[in-house]
Amino acid sequence: MASGIKLQSVRKVFGGNEVIKGIDLVIQPGEFVVLVGPSGCGKSTLLNLVAGLETLTSGHIHIGEICVDNVPPRDRDIAMVFQSYALYPTKTVRDNITFGMQTRKVPKEEQATAVQEFSKLLQINTLLDRKPGQLSGGQRQRVAMGRALVRKPEVFLFDEPLSNLDAKLRIEMRTEIKKLHQRLGKTAVYVTHDQIEAMTLATRIAVMDNGHIRQFDVPEVIYEDPVDLFVAGFMGSPPMNMLTGQIRRGDRMYVETPSTEGQDQLRFPLPGRLADRVSAADGHKVVLGIRPEAIFAKGSELPGSERFVFERPIDVVEPTGPDTMIVFDVAGTDLIARVRPEDAKPAGTPFLFEVDMDRAKLFDAKTGLRL
Amino acid sequence: MRQRSIDGIVRPKGVHHSLMRILLYAVLGLFCLYYLIPLIVMISTSLKSLEEIRQGSLLSLPRSVTFDAWAKAWSAACVGVRCNGLAPYVWNSVLMTAPAVFISTLLGAMNGYALTKWRFRGADTIFALMLFGAFIPFQVILLPMARMLGLMGLAGTIPGLIFVHTVYGLAFTTLFFRNFFMGVSDGIIQAAKVDGASFFGIFFRLVLPMSLPAIVVTVIWQFTQIWNDFLFGVAFTIGDSNPVTVALNNVVNTSTGVKEYNVDMAAAIIAALPTLAVYVIAGAYFVRGLSAGAVKG
Amino acid sequence: MVKEGNNAKRLRQALEQRLPQIVVAPLFAASMFFVYGFIGWTAYISLTKSGVMPDYTLTGIGQYVRLWSTPRWYVAIGNLFIFSSLFIAIALAIGVLLAVLLDQRVRAEGVIRTIYLYPMALSFIVTGTVWKWMLNPGLGLERLVRQAGWENFRFDWLVNSDYAIYTVVIAAVWQSSGYAMALFLAGLRSVDDEVLRAAAIDGAGPWRTYTGIILPILRPVFLSTVIILAHLAIKSFDLVIALTGGGPGYATDVPATFMYSFAFQRSELGVAAASATMMLMTVVAIIVPYLYSELRKTGR
Repeated sequence: MASGIKLQSVRKVFGGNEVIKGIDLVIQPGEFVVLVGPSGCGKSTLLNLVAGLETLTSGHIHIGEICVDNVPPRDRDIAMVFQSYALYPTKTVRDNITFGMQTRKVPKEEQATAVQEFSKLLQINTLLDRKPGQLSGGQRQRVAMGRALVRKPEVFLFDEPLSNLDAKLRIEMRTEIKKLHQRLGKTAVYVTHDQIEAMTLATRIAVMDNGHIRQFDVPEVIYEDPVDLFVAGFMGSPPMNMLTGQIRRGDRMYVETPSTEGQDQLRFPLPGRLADRVSAADGHKVVLGIRPEAIFAKGSELPGSERFVFERPIDVVEPTGPDTMIVFDVAGTDLIARVRPEDAKPAGTPFLFEVDMDRAKLFDAKTGLRL
Repeated sequence: MRQRSIDGIVRPKGVHHSLMRILLYAVLGLFCLYYLIPLIVMISTSLKSLEEIRQGSLLSLPRSVTFDAWAKAWSAACVGVRCNGLAPYVWNSVLMTAPAVFISTLLGAMNGYALTKWRFRGADTIFALMLFGAFIPFQVILLPMARMLGLMGLAGTIPGLIFVHTVYGLAFTTLFFRNFFMGVSDGIIQAAKVDGASFFGIFFRLVLPMSLPAIVVTVIWQFTQIWNDFLFGVAFTIGDSNPVTVALNNVVNTSTGVKEYNVDMAAAIIAALPTLAVYVIAGAYFVRGLSAGAVKG
Repeated sequence: MVKEGNNAKRLRQALEQRLPQIVVAPLFAASMFFVYGFIGWTAYISLTKSGVMPDYTLTGIGQYVRLWSTPRWYVAIGNLFIFSSLFIAIALAIGVLLAVLLDQRVRAEGVIRTIYLYPMALSFIVTGTVWKWMLNPGLGLERLVRQAGWENFRFDWLVNSDYAIYTVVIAAVWQSSGYAMALFLAGLRSVDDEVLRAAAIDGAGPWRTYTGIILPILRPVFLSTVIILAHLAIKSFDLVIALTGGGPGYATDVPATFMYSFAFQRSELGVAAASATMMLMTVVAIIVPYLYSELRKTGR
């Protein structure tokens, strides 16, 4: 049975600079939680607080039933994988892996069995007598994983473990980490700035910004139902299109783009569900968020009820293979549409775009909160 | 020196921990005493009268402070047979150190720049051959250099000493600047070349202003080395042209008359003051210089 | 006209291209002459029968035979051996100890470091003068201890032929152990923080972290520190002169003072040159392999 983690009003101040500003978080046993956010948002600090590598300024952290506020890292029953792998350069791979067990005076035979088991699992069994300097980046990563796994701790902590790998290896290791988690069922906290890693690995994602957790939920909700502009803008690649405009109340509700020279104003009709929920007055400033995949070539998808069609010239065409990104301009903002490659036209051509307004999100322009 | 970012690690607290901390500070404090006592003894002895030195103890502070010993060391102590004090010799050291530091630093900078940023065939070999000069025991060049200075008409003169220090300081200054320039991106130099800047244009307008840290480290290193030098001073100068280190040694070892320990100590402080002051003011650069030769990056 | 202009331009370009070499050449030539040329001269003289004046007739290894049959030379070599092994071992031990202690999140670390290192800024002559005063049997430490009650305390190493060399060790350690500390501290601080975090998570206490992980990583720093201290020891001249003057008698002679005294006081150029060559060969045996490996490591 894995241990859960509970954070209560956790704060961390570095020399007068508040890095973690009162965070409450409950992680269920066996969960894989990803802390994601831009650099400097405090995600690594939060992980270090859980690990005991930083001391709390105030608040409490529980791992399992135990309050670990003053418990040194060695007694927290955790293991950690570091960004630089942090292998001991003078020790062999075997000694790197067993060092934690040596300090805890685990019997030699037990150590050997554990090394046997996990080195095979991670395919490093042929490297056991080498030094870290003789390994490739991917192999070092595996050794670092082995060092964490071998002690079978209750909680695994990952601090951007894949960011030093090249793109292909990163995807491989990502899958491997997910497999390992499914197999071992231990609680894991994983820090990354890569939102794709977050989406693919997490059972739940905590999106952090400036010392706060903006949203903590399952990946689907984070993506489809972001609580504010920050979360909406951070998750997704290419990012969500953000169009500023004003609410117009007529026979039905619209979002009207500002008038720009040489362009018609666009009026995006809000679907009934959304219109019913929003009480904002006529003229209220809002941001309309539309993901690129919700804008496509007219008629290229099955018809739906809440579609809005408009024409704009194509500025830039960016093929990615499976899809083609089309960049165009609305009221001075570059928008991106994700279309099927066969629908794409050369730059400069006028193009009929269709928007699925059911998937559009509406935010308050001033507070950034979801309406 | 860089501070660690691992200071936040949660550590067990308790009696054992507190005891260890006390022990830690006790040991560190004892070593502070070990290093400081000679300095304290030196200062306090220099402020005592000879009478008090004979009666009191090594560690006791002066009962009545007197600057007589300082005055004598500065202007009346006997260096050999002359009794003019250390003042003229301090002046000798200044006259010798300033040009030698300046010239060797400038040449080292140019040399390091040419060897690292305008790499030509054999640059590494040339550097290795020159670097060796920093490590030879200078005894091996004493005899020919004495003859050389004689031939040049510089024997026993301060310009002669400046020459010697410049020649044998070059290996160190080149080393310092080479290490510094290795860390400077080649791209900057390439960009300046593309912009049409010349070898000297790049050196004076781009490289030299950038290398201020290296210049400070080198100047401090050279200054301490040359000011503190004894071997070249004693081998290549005579009487009036002695640097202060040689004069100090002569003061201490002048065997005529009563041994005046207070004057010896005052003289020692006078000789040490310039380098000590530099160390106190620019200690960080001093340390960097000391480690530059050892743990090269 | 045009052609000439082109020629002048080409000449200037060629010159500009050669400028780095032109700048380095005289400095390099000076180094070659004043280092290697002079070494050659000294080595040559050591193979002649030069006495007061240089004599350029080669006579073979006679001077070396004379050198190696001089009792004083054996004293010098023995002293160098005692001095350098003790000096290196003690300075190294103190250096490591202090560096590790200072690495324990110590308050006022900067001040303490400054205190440990300041002797390095002093001239060996100053150091020698101070310790000569403190160690003198009449008024120094000996009397201090006697005043404290141990009436029969004797500490006359400075004037005792059998022990005087150890006072050189005492003074040299005082001056240079802070240096070793600084080198080690810089090394300690260059160890990747994440490795130390990993060690904390792996449950290694301070002792284990240092002996098991950090100090092994610092092996290259040990090596360079030993090399530097050895180099200091072989060149040690000033300190011996200031502290004991090579005495009592020639009891504290080291090769450096031996060479100086034969060259400038006894005017036996041949023997002096032979002893200088022996010193050089010792340094070369230590430094060249070290420099070679260092340069190969940092070279591109």
